[in-house]
Amino acid sequence: MPRMEVYTDHCKGCELCVEICPAGVIEMSEEINKLGYHPARYKGEGCTGCGFCFYACPEPDAITVYKKED
Amino acid sequence: MAKDILRKPKGFNDVYFNKPGADKENTHYCPGCGHGVVHKLIAEALEDFGVADRAIMISPVGCSVFVYYYFATGNVQAAHGRAPAVATGLKRANPDSIVISYQGDGDLGAIGGNNILQAANRGENITVIFVNNAIYGMTGGQMAPTTLVGQRTMTTPYGRSVENEGYPIKICELLASLESPAYLERTAITDVKNIMKTRLAIRKAIKVQIDNKGFSLVEILSACPSGWRMTPRKAKEWITTNMMPYFKPGVYKDVLNERKPYAPAKLNLSLDEIDEKLGLKEEAPSFPGDMSGLKENHRNPRIKVAGFGGQGVLMLGNVLAEAGMLQGYEVSWLPSYGPEMRGGTANCQVHIDEDKIGSPVVSDSTVLIAMNKPSLDKFVPDVVPGGVVLYNTSMIDQAPRRKDLEIIPVPASEIADATGDLKVANMVMIGAYLETTKVVSKEAVFAALDIAIKHKGFIPMNQKAIEQGIEHVRKIKG
Repeated sequence: MPRMEVYTDHCKGCELCVEICPAGVIEMSEEINKLGYHPARYKGEGCTGCGFCFYACPEPDAITVYKKED
Repeated sequence: MAKDILRKPKGFNDVYFNKPGADKENTHYCPGCGHGVVHKLIAEALEDFGVADRAIMISPVGCSVFVYYYFATGNVQAAHGRAPAVATGLKRANPDSIVISYQGDGDLGAIGGNNILQAANRGENITVIFVNNAIYGMTGGQMAPTTLVGQRTMTTPYGRSVENEGYPIKICELLASLESPAYLERTAITDVKNIMKTRLAIRKAIKVQIDNKGFSLVEILSACPSGWRMTPRKAKEWITTNMMPYFKPGVYKDVLNERKPYAPAKLNLSLDEIDEKLGLKEEAPSFPGDMSGLKENHRNPRIKVAGFGGQGVLMLGNVLAEAGMLQGYEVSWLPSYGPEMRGGTANCQVHIDEDKIGSPVVSDSTVLIAMNKPSLDKFVPDVVPGGVVLYNTSMIDQAPRRKDLEIIPVPASEIADATGDLKVANMVMIGAYLETTKVVSKEAVFAALDIAIKHKGFIPMNQKAIEQGIEHVRKIKG
């Protein structure tokens, strides 16, 4: 199954990945990360591995997308 | 997209070791900033083309000035707007490198307007990534040449008006009127479609350079949520609804099919020959010097010379540096003075060193030559323990209080006056300095005078003043 991963302490909470995700499988979490933002998180299922969130995310290392299960 | 995993591209540094402070993993950009996305797309392209190790990014002035924190490439940070000129030099000197000029709209469109115009018109084989967010983002959101009509900024609080500020400048359209550019496209960082178009445009622009087909530029409409006072999501909408109707995305020039790759300019001369033609060939020094026998506190001096403008402070330093050069040492001379020609304060900083000099600045000096009281008071605290202070007792009635210095009082103005002219007080100081430390020889200083003084008629009096300075130190040292 494809999946996406958020490196929590790199996320600045801009929500652009949430907005761009066609499957709607990314949400903002309530926790506060090291940078002081509510980071994005994967809902846990439904990722199609399209990679849109990766390209929409302004932080180089905040999102990783695994298109195939590894 | 044939990759199985999308992760931080190798065009980035793993850890941002150039970034000061404890956080070496996150960018300095605000949430939702367009720069991050553009960086990612460039870094990915560099990785995919395998050219990161021969790429040179030119960072501009603006938020992206810190491009060198992030990319695993070479980097030169250019003065405001001058990135295309710096890129030109780098590309011509290193034809195998991939030179990417990364600029914002204030940098490229305003102060650097002519730089980009001329580089494009010369058809330089460089890639320009032009991030247009319609304001000066770094300085707080002032109006830029690309600010939209009616857009409120710090400096157009009622909105940009056509009557007062004219229309926003369209860079792609402007450059498309030139024959030379090979590829010009405008894209936007908004939805998936436009981000992917941007991705392809950046890759194409870099490919143009790899194929030696000439000048390429991608203008990217990009959000500045902080400067626009919007959330990142609102900012993206704003690009779509406000920027894109005026700055229409599209390919403005693409003559790649008609263009033959041109052979990169070859240097006809070897570096040695260039040095020779420029007169930079190292010659044997006229008066070979050797500091090995000198006292430790006198060797490799870092000299600060200070006084009123008109006292010959800069000339003093210049002659010392010139003499050092004639003795085969590495030297530097850095003048600093106020706008006044005479009556203001002036100082200069001189290095004379057996080894290469890293910076011409002298912050902690080993020698201070003070021609007046304000200079002595100001610069004595910066002299290192064991340093030498020569001060002009004719104008300074109080000796420095520090006990850890070698202090040489010189009535320079009085000696100069007796020699025939007050103006040669600086030369008296040179004499006193060379007799005290022996870093430079009298012969070298006299030869330096021939180079430094334009009116040859004055040379004998200057030489006499130097002799007097030497004589004075001999007397007080017994």
